[in-house]
Order: sequence, then C-alpha cells, then structure tokens
Amino acid sequence: MTAVLFQQVSRHFGAVRAVDSVDLAIAEGEFFAMLGPSGSGKTTCLRLMAGFEQPTSGHIEIFGETAEGVPPYRRNVNTVFQDYALFPHLSILENVAYGLMVKGVAKAERLKAAEEALAMVKLPGYGTRRPGQLSGGQRQRVALARALVNRPRVLLLDEPLGALDLKLREQMQEELKSLQKSLGITFVFVTHDQGEALSMADRIAVFNDGKIQQLGTPEEVYKRPKTRFVADFVGSSNVLPPDFVAGLGFSKGYASLRPEAITLGESGPGRKHFTGRVVAASFLGAANRVTVEAAGARVAAMVPASLAVPAEGETVTFSFLADDLHQMDGAQ
Amino acid sequence: MRSDRNNAAPLGLKIAAGAGLAFLHLPILLIFLYAFTTEEKSYQFPPPGYTLQWFAVTWNRPDVWAAMGLSVRVAAISTAIALVLGTLCAAAVSQTKFFGRETISLLVILPIALPGIITGIALRSAFSFAEIPFSFWTIVLGHATFCVVVVYNNAVARFRRVSGSLIEASMDLGADGFQTFRYIILPNIGTALLAGGMLAFALSFDEVIVTTFTAGQQSTLPIWMLEELVRPRQRPVTNVVAMVVVLLTFLPILGAYYLTRDGDQVAGGGK
Repeated sequence: MTAVLFQQVSRHFGAVRAVDSVDLAIAEGEFFAMLGPSGSGKTTCLRLMAGFEQPTSGHIEIFGETAEGVPPYRRNVNTVFQDYALFPHLSILENVAYGLMVKGVAKAERLKAAEEALAMVKLPGYGTRRPGQLSGGQRQRVALARALVNRPRVLLLDEPLGALDLKLREQMQEELKSLQKSLGITFVFVTHDQGEALSMADRIAVFNDGKIQQLGTPEEVYKRPKTRFVADFVGSSNVLPPDFVAGLGFSKGYASLRPEAITLGESGPGRKHFTGRVVAASFLGAANRVTVEAAGARVAAMVPASLAVPAEGETVTFSFLADDLHQMDGAQ
Repeated sequence: MRSDRNNAAPLGLKIAAGAGLAFLHLPILLIFLYAFTTEEKSYQFPPPGYTLQWFAVTWNRPDVWAAMGLSVRVAAISTAIALVLGTLCAAAVSQTKFFGRETISLLVILPIALPGIITGIALRSAFSFAEIPFSFWTIVLGHATFCVVVVYNNAVARFRRVSGSLIEASMDLGADGFQTFRYIILPNIGTALLAGGMLAFALSFDEVIVTTFTAGQQSTLPIWMLEELVRPRQRPVTNVVAMVVVLLTFLPILGAYYLTRDGDQVAGGGK
C-alpha cells in the first residue's frame, strides 16, 4: 500500500517555488530519504506531509486519505524535529506521554506506555529528568520516543542526526534502521548528508530547486546519476565534460565516472584509458585519492594504499571499464 | 566584578548619590510620619504629638471605602481585559508574520508613550462624540489602554523565547489549538503574564490623569486624595490612605520584579 502520495504538489512562498510539481509515492514500511542541499525543498515536502504547510496546488494522500486541509493534529503522522522541540517545562516522562495525554488516555496507562517507549530508545529510568538535563543524543532519543509512543503510521524525521557528533551519529543510524525494521513503520527522513541517505534508506529522492532530480535505490542514485547535479551531490563522482567523453569514443555529453572504478595503468579488454598529469594526491586511509588533469578535465581516482602514490606533476595513465562510465541526460 | 580599590567612587559622588536617593525617598517617609500626627489642619514639623486615632477615623469613613472599592474594581477589570488582549496581540506579533506587523506593534505601545493628558482628552472627546455616558466602564476603558501595553510588553518578550517548533510539536502530537495553549504556551508565558498583570494593576490603581477625563461623578482613590488635599479637616486621613496605597502597589511591583527575573532562568533552562 502507498503510505504517502504526492501528485503534482507545489508549494510557493510568493515568487519562491519551494516545492515545484513534485510526484512521489512512498510505500508502506519503506525507509525513504529526501536528500538535497538546504533550500532544495526537502524540508517543505516533509512539512507538507506533517500538515504544517498546505500545498499551493496538487494533491497529497496519506494512506489513501486526502491530506489537504487536514490539520497536523488530525494526521496519523508524527515528526522528530531538527531541534527536538522537547517541552522545557515538562519532565521527560510527561514529554513522551504528551501525545497520549491530549488524546485523553488514562494517566496510569499513558505513563506506562511512555516508560515502555523510553525503554525502547534505551533511556529507561530517565523519566523524572527535565530536557535541559539531558545531552543532545539523549534528547534525540526522547524526541523519537515521544513520536513513536503515538504509534504513527508514518514517522517523519527532519535532519534528526544533524546536531550529533560523528560517533553518535553512526550509532544512531544503526539504531534508527533496526528500530524501523522491528516496528515496520514507514520512515521519511530528510537529510543533506548523502552518506547518511545512502547507508540508511531503501529509496532516495534527490531534491534540487524544489524538484526531484532522481528517485531510486541508493545503488541506482550512486552508480547511475541521472543529472550532473545528482552526480555532484551524491558521493564524489567525477563529472566528465562532453569533449572529454567524446574524446574517449562515447557519444558527446556529460557523463559520470566513480573514482573507485578507475585503476592505475592501462590493461584489459573493454577498458578505456586516458593519460593526465597528477595535480593532487591525498591519503584517505585505505586508499589514496589522486586527481589528474587530462584533456581539460579534472578526474579523481582511488588508488589502493598498497600501490605507490604517483608524485605531483608526474604523468600517469588511468583506465576504467567502459560499462562504468554513465552518460547523463541533459546538461543540468 | 571589580574589586580594584582605584575604581571606588570618589567621596563627593557618593554624597551626591546619597542625597539624590534621600530626595527621592524622604518625602515618602514624611507621608508615613504625618499619618500619626495629632495636628489635623496643617503639616507642621515636627508633629506636636503622635496618635493612632486616624486609622480608626479612616476605617469609619464611607467615602474612603467607596473610593478604594472603585479603584480595586477598576484595576482588576482593566487588568483582566489587558491580560486577554495583550496576550493575543503578543502572540500575533511574535508568532506570525503579516503585513503591518511592525506598525501594529508600535501602535500598541504608543498609549504608554503618549502623555496621559493626551490619552485622557482623546478618550473624553471620543466618548462624548459617541454619546457614551461617563461611568465605571469608561474609567475601565481608559485604564485598559495602558494596561494592555504593560501586559503586551511582558508577554511579547517571553513569546519570542518560546520556539515556534514547540507549538508545532504539540500540534504534531495531536493537540488542537486550545490544548496547545493550555498545556504548552500558558506554562511557558505564565510568569510573564503574572508580572505584567501585577504591573498593570499597580498602574491602574494610582492613575490620576486619564481617570479625571474619563470618570463622571465617581472618585477613584487617587482622585479622592486630590480632592481631600484642599479640605482643611482630618488631613492625616489622606496620609493613612496614602500609606496603604504605597504598600498595596509596592508589593505587586516587587513581586513582578522577582517573578520576571526568575522567569529568565526558567526559560533559559530548556536550551
């Protein structure tokens, strides 16, 4: 079943087209990421789902029911806010129980449910504290528990990991993923971090200028970017200019080529090669990232750390499998 | 912060500051002093003798009770009106963006910046133009004009600190507008409203100028005192009433001061 459906949805703020004719269908139980730079429309799409914004035009359905004009408090959708938005004057337990309280659930029952939700996010016994007494990571878990205790059919997460440090972020990524699997709730996740989107999502919608540039599985988006924007934004693909691509014997047009698909030296059938002068080399641990200038284009390649790193100014030959070069539509 | 001796104020400045404070506060003490004098016709210094009889005399004067009762009722109702309107206005100005928002914010504050005499004359001519007879309610309306400002100023500062996402979070969790106000907004702005309300009450309680223009035959307490000053008999009664008024208005203002100061810490604690 389709959890969230957007049909030609637009949201304009004056002359600004924050969301521009977006079509979207998120399946039930899916972990869906909306990826894009700030101002690309991803957060506005999330707010349209939550009900904080109404579409200027178009049609939105949540589990088959029309969502336009339905206020946030009548939607079976809950949000984890970027700044967590915990109520500072309530204890942690009261924060988590808030949704049940306003729905009129009896006190004993709602406090029990809140305790269970806190245990689920690994914060048992924290109920009596105030939000101000918790760390950023703990507040994030409370925000998650406060949303999940209402058993929403769709959980919206607005850059939930943005304020956490790297280690905590990686840990939370895994926990969110396993939580989503065990609960079977549809998660819609907004992020500007492509690594986060690629590692967590079942499908990704890449946003730019209020439009979806590409919608697909992480592998599709990463390996076969449809547009230059996607190639640039997702991962660190090389975007090759039309002349360079034509020079290698492909049809003229922009193409993407992932750095790890390129190897040092020329060899093998079905491979294309090019020669360039090394302009930069940096050590990344398992590999060195070597950038060469070849025929007017800058191309980065991953050279395994076991091989010798070519020095700057040296001329080297790289090759890649012709199949790995992905030609993109248009000049966007 | 500075314990450096060289930064201590020179003696002359200390004396000047002391004299300034004495000038501000000694007259108030004199008022208290003359509440106990035995001389009822003039204020001679030092008082020829001391007595507590004026407290009993004041207690038994019906005109004191009438004026006091009127003032309390006017202040209470003006404050109540100000609490509702001031909060609504503060919510609109701080939580939403609309055309003319800055202008409205300025227009709301204007009555307190205007001299009371202008507000008074303006209201008086408006009332007579609309043929509204002077009554209890015209006094209340006059007072509400500046009471709203006090409440608004307190509330708007606090509203700005209640982040908009708290309200969205409450809505998201299933609370409608009323529940959100009751459970989220009110607890967060409560102390600011209490402080604003107390200030408004105190302002209304001792207001003279606007009241002179908007009252008919009734006298609020400050008006009654002005009338009393020109009468030669039982002068210390006025002093007794003045003492009570000082205590009645001083305590709420002190309370408001402590509440708002405390509120800063409470509101900051969530960040």
